[in-house]
Amino acid sequence: MPLDGSRTLQVAEGTSYARILGVGAYRPRRIVPNSEVVDAIDSSDEWIQQRSGIRNRRWAADDETVEMMSVEASRAALAHAGIDARQVDCVVVATVSHMLNLPSAASAIAHELGTEQAAAFDIAAACAGFCHALALANDMVRAGSARHVLVVGVDKLSTMTDRTDRGTAFIFGDGAGAVVVGPSETPAIGPVVWGSDGEQYDLIRQDKSWTDVLADDDPTYPFMTMQGSAVFRWASFTMAKTAQQALDRAGVKADELDVFIPHQANMRITNAMARSMKLPEHVRIARDIAEQGNTSAASVPLALERMLAEGEAASGDVALMIAFGAGLAYAAQVVVLP
Amino acid sequence: MPSTEEIRTDLAAIVNEVAGIPEADVQLDKSFVDDLDVDSLSMVEVVVAAEEKFGVTIPDDEVKNLKTVGDAVSFIEKAL
Repeated sequence: MPLDGSRTLQVAEGTSYARILGVGAYRPRRIVPNSEVVDAIDSSDEWIQQRSGIRNRRWAADDETVEMMSVEASRAALAHAGIDARQVDCVVVATVSHMLNLPSAASAIAHELGTEQAAAFDIAAACAGFCHALALANDMVRAGSARHVLVVGVDKLSTMTDRTDRGTAFIFGDGAGAVVVGPSETPAIGPVVWGSDGEQYDLIRQDKSWTDVLADDDPTYPFMTMQGSAVFRWASFTMAKTAQQALDRAGVKADELDVFIPHQANMRITNAMARSMKLPEHVRIARDIAEQGNTSAASVPLALERMLAEGEAASGDVALMIAFGAGLAYAAQVVVLP
Repeated sequence: MPSTEEIRTDLAAIVNEVAGIPEADVQLDKSFVDDLDVDSLSMVEVVVAAEEKFGVTIPDDEVKNLKTVGDAVSFIEKAL
């Protein structure tokens, strides 16, 4: 592109394809079984399992911060990828529970890992954050903005959960998952299908803004609220269509799919999605939620890590990922597993 | 225009697929929650499947009023 007839502007040289090179997870130390949460919501282990498929979740201790969990997951992902932190050009952290508006969590994480001043920033797309960040990483590598991108999904929603709310108290857990995205010689991350339905902005939200909290004479911490039935309907059926679109855009038929890794929102949503999509029997479906609860932005990489670790998924498998949540925001893509 | 019995039969097949309830148990006087043990999440699945089957719209606000199989069948009849 000539600037004025004599000079030309150089642009970054990208690469044809990108792939996930490695995955890592951090699961907090403390396991919280249903028996620990039932009294505050006048419920039972059986009711929670029947409603959500959740048996246990993990709640992070004070020292298990968003940064600490992210660094641990990232180190595992880098080791799995065989990539040194100094090779990482960019760190993208998807989270809604980093308790500082500034600076970003990503900046501290990039430094702690020992990157050489990698670009670092956070994105906020709630439970949909990881698949958004993965789409960005794929595009950055392909466009030449970065060669190796570290993508972290991390949340500590136990700090934002009303332990007496029957609609949310038993659902959420804490954790971090990370992947390293880098160049590939073959296609390994399909087109992202993403969007936001702002008409349903209020379905999942923080119950009061920080401005309202500070104006209160007796300030209390804000909590998450959720309109469960409406969210269930949207997630189970509208998101099944989005997931199908991601398969179609990637040119992958359901028969060719090995693994389905939906955001671990609720086992009932996962089951309804799989039924609605008519997934073939051979497709292995992530069910990390039973032991981890809904970990928001961390759920997809945590579920992926468990499937690889337990032999339910293998390197080279074709996986459909979809994440969805507050906004309502959603993103889905097909990937080849590392 | 399908008859009441035809709508009930189709709805019974949906309830059977979603919640595993025998189709013969899905009678007009039966309560989804109390008699058939269909919880609120399964009810959402039944409603969405019914919308597709019958080509009607059943808003979220309306779902809580559909207490019995008969309530659902009447709503579908009026909406058709």
